[in-house]
Amino acid sequence: MPNTFHIVVCASIVPDPLQTLEPVTGPNGPALKNEMMLPAVLDPWAACALYEAADLAAKHPGSKVYLVSLAPKAKLQQVMMTVAQKVPFELVAVDGPLGGFIDVHSTAAALASAIEAIPGLDRSNMLLFGGWESATRGAGVTMQIVGERLGITDQFQGVDQISVREDGSFEVLERIEGGRHQVSLCTGAPAVLGWATGNLPEPRNSPQVGMANMRGIMPALQKAKPAQIAANGLSYVSVSLPKQQRETRVVKDMPEDEIAREIVQWITAE
Amino acid sequence: MSSELLQTQPIELEVERQELSVDIACVGFGPAMGGFLTTLTQAMTSEGGAALESAAMPGMPLQVICYERADDIGFGVSGVVTRGTGIRKSFPQLNPSDIPMMVPVKNEKVLYLLDPIGASRRSTTLRLGDAAIRALKGVLPYQQHALELPYTPDFLKKHDGMVMSIGQFNQWVGSQIMASGMVQIWPGTPVSAPLFSGNKVVGVRLADQGVDRAGAPESCFMAGMNVHAQLTVVGDGPVGPVGRAIDGKLGMPDGHHTREWAVGMKFVVELPEDTALEPGTVLHTFGFPEPEIFGFLYVHPDRLASVGIFIPSWLANPARTAYRYLQHYIQHPYLWQYLQGATLRSWGAKSLQESGKSGEPFLAGDGYARIGEGSGSTNMLTGSGVDEAWSTGVQLANSVLELLRAGKPFTRENLEQTYVSRRRKSDVELGARVAEHARDGFHRGVVRGLLGMALAGLSNGKLSLRTPIPTADKQIGSLDSYFKGRLTREQIAEVTREAAGSGRAMHDLLMDAAGWPAIECDGKLLISQQDALLMGGKVQATPGFADHVIFKDPGLCIECEAKTCIAMCSGQAITPGEDGVPAFDREKCVHCGACLWNCTRSIDGETSNIQFRAGAGGLHSAEN
Repeated sequence: MPNTFHIVVCASIVPDPLQTLEPVTGPNGPALKNEMMLPAVLDPWAACALYEAADLAAKHPGSKVYLVSLAPKAKLQQVMMTVAQKVPFELVAVDGPLGGFIDVHSTAAALASAIEAIPGLDRSNMLLFGGWESATRGAGVTMQIVGERLGITDQFQGVDQISVREDGSFEVLERIEGGRHQVSLCTGAPAVLGWATGNLPEPRNSPQVGMANMRGIMPALQKAKPAQIAANGLSYVSVSLPKQQRETRVVKDMPEDEIAREIVQWITAE
Repeated sequence: MSSELLQTQPIELEVERQELSVDIACVGFGPAMGGFLTTLTQAMTSEGGAALESAAMPGMPLQVICYERADDIGFGVSGVVTRGTGIRKSFPQLNPSDIPMMVPVKNEKVLYLLDPIGASRRSTTLRLGDAAIRALKGVLPYQQHALELPYTPDFLKKHDGMVMSIGQFNQWVGSQIMASGMVQIWPGTPVSAPLFSGNKVVGVRLADQGVDRAGAPESCFMAGMNVHAQLTVVGDGPVGPVGRAIDGKLGMPDGHHTREWAVGMKFVVELPEDTALEPGTVLHTFGFPEPEIFGFLYVHPDRLASVGIFIPSWLANPARTAYRYLQHYIQHPYLWQYLQGATLRSWGAKSLQESGKSGEPFLAGDGYARIGEGSGSTNMLTGSGVDEAWSTGVQLANSVLELLRAGKPFTRENLEQTYVSRRRKSDVELGARVAEHARDGFHRGVVRGLLGMALAGLSNGKLSLRTPIPTADKQIGSLDSYFKGRLTREQIAEVTREAAGSGRAMHDLLMDAAGWPAIECDGKLLISQQDALLMGGKVQATPGFADHVIFKDPGLCIECEAKTCIAMCSGQAITPGEDGVPAFDREKCVHCGACLWNCTRSIDGETSNIQFRAGAGGLHSAEN
């Protein structure tokens, strides 16, 4: 069938970005305080990749979306309750630790192994999607390493758009400096696409989609294999949270013009 | 879209809807549903036999689905203290250290807070009492304008219980339920209404998506699915649309009503590094910022504390505003000695149905059963609701299992013989009977209310100061009557004009005029209400859903002078609107439901002029 794809989306779960995060030192190195108990969401960057994958699959009937996720399966199940209502996919669950303080090579190896083991996956027609960044695993190289392990050499990062042509080649828009996009033409799958935000809104919750997905999600979770995540001799010198972008300042009776001037000054200083 | 359209009745769509059949449809995931699903899944996991085979999908296990409005099952903020008797029965090996923010109660005090400012409205009796306390402060356990009661009455004691966060507890419970694989819990899925066949509940309808504010279809319209079930378990709380729709159709038992309410508003704070408060410390307070307002401070592990107040419906102040009162409360010298230097971590608010046993609806009918707070389980004498709610869920689950094993249908008769019968014999019922009229006296004044509580508590419910309970709208006084002796009619009129001209909230100006000092913001704990919304969490309002707060008769809003709905809106989502009809901003609503009962106008003498419907989203607290 022409132009059908097997789209594999690598997406893990992260603490809801609206939560208060606090680094602590656990028995196995750095961790986030109460991380297992923080409400979790699908990594926002990877979520964009998933929505783009579903949109692409819908435009190319016969295509299929796999969601490969490395996370504690109990927590993953919780997140799937929401994600499963968004778009159709088949879950491939890998039981592993939560959090960003694990070796990226081990993570990539676990993901690549899980992808290789997907029954019926047509790797010659595979598009490997993921986030080009992550809310907790922002090593910046995970998707590249997964791709390399799977032998995929055509790789794109900071992707905002993919347009498939009739001959199976596709045009990719990648973010580059200066707020512009680089246009690349790829002759066809397989390829790795690390997504920025894409252009699609978050899909509405659909109970029908959720019910259909759930038929596969529960068995996938039950047969999730534990990932072998090795420390590989890594040690962390220090851990800190990103600087908070919002700083509340209490001001009184500031004239509107002055407020406007300060905002303009702040914007131009960025 | 015209404002007129938004203020009228929402659009009810007659469209073709997808259908789904399950065995048990559950509405709302809170402590009660946690108890129900925990008990059910424990049994399903252990036996998994033919007795629990699905009737909706023969050959499959029992099909149980739970729908929750919020985007996750642990997003609400709530620190509580509970004896946890029922919870411990479900989890005999419960270790508080397994659940973040949970810690055994270590010490407990009841404090009467005097007013160091002189702005609260106190009766002559209370002022005389205050003067006596101050005169004798050298010999009384008095410090920092607070009198420590020499002992905690038994009915208030939580000494063998635990301090915890409902948000964290719900997550812990939910993850275990879902890990069983026996139940599906769908967050982000509001249920709009029960489905009836005659007087039988045959399932629920999910809310329409892809609609405009009034409910009219837009692009990507998706009609809410009809979910048919042999049993609908209603645990959507006191302002939930399913429970209230059932009450609306089937009525309440004779003499029962839901006229007494409170909004609980609380901060989760990080205490200063040198705090003297130990984890497990519990302070119950009354007397300040108004005598009618009860408050609390619970200390969690890791220097976290929950501090908050309850604004009851019987506080006659039409300008009552929980946020401003909470700011004054935390600055009371007794509390400020611990809270000065603390930092806000999270914030939240919720309506509580305080009618207790008097607010109990029909607990079961053909095809449905009610559990939790919306079923009148909260004990208003002991100030306890979480464990009671949990226990009602457990009772229903055991009853459902009994009926399933016996192959009996979920009729009213069968549910009454099992669930209602279990509940009537339970500690929840015994406690509810003791508490039934314990707080009636507050409708006649604070002193009478406190006496009534003491009488009921100490006599085990044999004695109480019973009094008729007015409807919620009648409990709100007029501006003139409430501020009588403190503000003249002319001063109130001046405040009204200033509010219209300056854009400042009338309730804030009234409190200023009544002598409450301005809040000196520090950017850490004393912050504006809008900053609390941003720093203490984030309101999520998924696009594509209709407005869930509807002003039924705009004419009644226009003639309303007090507009208490604006003052009491926890998220400042209701603001003065054009033509005198309040405006509603869904993107600020935290779904506390306070507007529902803070309305001074009633169309039918019992329900208010505000309709609170199914809505998605709500507050993601920054820390649960």
